[in-house]
Amino acid sequence: MKSTLFNMVAVLFTVTLIASAGVGAVNMITADAIAEANAAATTAAVANVLPEFDKTDISEQTIDDMTIVVYTATKGSETVGYAVESMTKNGFGGAIRLMVGFGADGKILNVNVLQQAETPGLGTKMTEEGNVLLGSIQNKNSWEVDFKVKKDGGELDALTAATISSRAYYEAVARAYEAYKVACGYQETADGVSGATAQKGGQNE
Amino acid sequence: MNKMQIVLNGILKNNPTFVLVLGMCPTLGTTTSAINGLGMGVATMAVLIMSNFVISLIKNFIPDKVRIPAFIVVIASFVTIIQMLMQAYVPSLYASLGVFIPLIVVNCIILGRAEAFASKNGALDSILDGVGIGLGFTIALTLIGAVREILGSGAIFGFSLGIADYMPLVFVLAPGAFFVLGYMMVLFNKFAKK
Repeated sequence: MKSTLFNMVAVLFTVTLIASAGVGAVNMITADAIAEANAAATTAAVANVLPEFDKTDISEQTIDDMTIVVYTATKGSETVGYAVESMTKNGFGGAIRLMVGFGADGKILNVNVLQQAETPGLGTKMTEEGNVLLGSIQNKNSWEVDFKVKKDGGELDALTAATISSRAYYEAVARAYEAYKVACGYQETADGVSGATAQKGGQNE
Repeated sequence: MNKMQIVLNGILKNNPTFVLVLGMCPTLGTTTSAINGLGMGVATMAVLIMSNFVISLIKNFIPDKVRIPAFIVVIASFVTIIQMLMQAYVPSLYASLGVFIPLIVVNCIILGRAEAFASKNGALDSILDGVGIGLGFTIALTLIGAVREILGSGAIFGFSLGIADYMPLVFVLAPGAFFVLGYMMVLFNKFAKK
């Protein structure tokens, strides 16, 4: 069709109007389902790292400019554990988000990786069952753990060929531990987690 | 043109990955496993079929000079719709494909077919072209993903073959994508493209 100013404006206006109406309609249909899917993912992640519970109370803290969400799980009137949604920005592929489960006694029960963009086959091993990162801290008392890999003078194992990913993982767990200390009433305000775990100094992953 | 021929053309003679060499960014980026390749292929196919259909219907009302912006608006809307549907109903696949879903908008296969086929042919033929090219893309991505997954992580569709420790990891990383794509292109052009 030959282009005139009028028909170009009219056609583009009509096309964008119809397109935005269509997108808006689908958004209305899927908005609830998306919220549900997100909520279900969070609930599943919380349930995965804690023993059985009836309900959770949600609270938020800001540590090192990052929002850390604490789910305090209770069964009857008893607190059975704390699930802490923690994160770090120092992964090899950017942000890593974890759900860390602490028992009422402070034991690290389980860690669930919610989001990561690490190198496939190296850093991504942190998401697998029975990986060494989880193995080094699972069922330990959180206050007895120094969240450092062996390369940095600590005692924790790192994933083979994925030291930066491993450091970031422990940094996020350490941040979860700071949030946990506040949530269980041990401390008034949370300490930051030192960036030492995030040093990159030319080290290969 | 024979209807079946249009579909077959998309899979073999005009295979978008191995013959036209279009859409290389999602091809190389998402094929770290067979299931990711399959998901990306199916999502692209859905957008392609719908955008080809709509563009073939509205082609006579679009002034030539605003053809491309109008096509892009149509394509972007369908991509957004697919994105929302995936986020709502297959959140795990959505999470693993990540940024590549919105990038379907700029996938040259889709705008390419809109320009080269849908804007010159009827609605039914355009849908069939979308099916053919979409299947060709999906098959190619799934094959590349499967080969990379077997060679790189010793698994297929997520099922471990128990040989993970002996496999060269490089096939899951970026260089492996180029190796696998290159050799499969050679094989495809030797045997499949007659």
